[in-house]
Amino acid sequence: MKIIVDQDKCVASGQCVSSAPDVFDQREDDGIVVLLNDNPPAGLADDVRQAAALCPALVITIVE
Amino acid sequence: MSTDHVPEYPMPRAAGCPFDPPPLLKQLQEEAPLTPISVFGKPAWMITRYAGQRLLADPRLSSDVSRPNFQGSSPQLLPQDDRFGAGFIALDDPEHSRMRRMVTAPFTVKRVEALRPKVQSIVDRLIDDLLAGPNPADLMAALALPIPSLVICELLGVPYENHDFFQQNSLSLLDTTAGPADQLKAHSNLGSFLDELIGQKITNPGEDLLTDLAEQVRAGNLSRSEAAGNGLLMLVAGHETTANMIALGTLALLEHPDQFELLKKTDDPSAVGGAVEELLRYLNIAHKGRWRQVVEDIEFEGHTLKAGDNVVFANNIANRDPAVFADPDTLDLTRDARQHVAFGFGPHACLGQPLARMELKVVYHTLYHRIPTLRLAVPLEEIPFKHDATVYGVASLPVTW
Repeated sequence: MKIIVDQDKCVASGQCVSSAPDVFDQREDDGIVVLLNDNPPAGLADDVRQAAALCPALVITIVE
Repeated sequence: MSTDHVPEYPMPRAAGCPFDPPPLLKQLQEEAPLTPISVFGKPAWMITRYAGQRLLADPRLSSDVSRPNFQGSSPQLLPQDDRFGAGFIALDDPEHSRMRRMVTAPFTVKRVEALRPKVQSIVDRLIDDLLAGPNPADLMAALALPIPSLVICELLGVPYENHDFFQQNSLSLLDTTAGPADQLKAHSNLGSFLDELIGQKITNPGEDLLTDLAEQVRAGNLSRSEAAGNGLLMLVAGHETTANMIALGTLALLEHPDQFELLKKTDDPSAVGGAVEELLRYLNIAHKGRWRQVVEDIEFEGHTLKAGDNVVFANNIANRDPAVFADPDTLDLTRDARQHVAFGFGPHACLGQPLARMELKVVYHTLYHRIPTLRLAVPLEEIPFKHDATVYGVASLPVTW
């Protein structure tokens, strides 16, 4: 699994951090998404898919 | 588009169904993905199905209320015609994003979690006061309004002793039956109040969001009026929305005793979190839809949305779409409702959503554990629902225990 995020379109909803805190974080100064791990282990795949599905700005792309 | 024989907005809810969207919306959702409607006599498009709400992320749609013929949920335009403007919610990217990102820092998941103990102590203290005071009591005045007002005042750096002033003016601003003059007056009152506070923060900085906005003014990134307009937006959005979710959510639970029991018995944070999501989905307090204007032609479901057309996204009925939520008109706190669009979708999705979620989790968990005998003090028919308010809810909620 490979993850790509679009920081320009991120709206800082925090849904990704709540879904997969080991994979996503937020910048301190404006809450924009930070990718902690662009190739997470299989055990986190469901959480990452959940994060992508809940993102209200459609900025998380998963390449399986 | 013709306005002959098309459904008219606004559409009334059914009598005796205060938690359900207007029945006509359900019918429109079943019939087609796109509906021509008439909004105060002018043509517009309405999108009622869940799948269609994703179009809100399309940059060919504008939120700029200053565009010619832009149509919103009031007969008149929003009262942005003073020097404070309507804030970044009425702007498009990149300017919208530039301004929004100046105020998002306190709403990160980590910062919001750090605020939780303070919110818990506010909730505990107000419940102590409620229990020590007269019984019955108005839950709206005693808890629902003070909790988010205290929290947003703390976050913004607004003195809470001004709460009567800003709560009253917020109600007038959001009342779609108030005349444009009254709405504009409420907006200007709030704008002047924020402008004065930002002036104070420039000379006497604190550790709060208005100080951050004052810093942006000092650095030349915002005009003082823009800073006040954005502060106004945060103050109004920060208390009026969560207040209505607390009161209307409590009422919905009292009317669904089996669901109320589930919440009273659980100490599982994920079950409480799930209940919050389901109540957000089911109640949809931002019930007037999301309004946009097409900037560039868009092909949608076999139709062309033409540049200049107005479109309303009916998020309330989208959250009752059976294609996404099984048995959608049933309040089921155990369902996975997280994909709801109660906070909107796209670049303008609610920026306070992590804070709202945390506040609601604390309130829903604490209130019903501490007062398990909570019940209505009057029949449901006597509860005053705010049908004409931009944010739906109740004007008061008499309860006893």
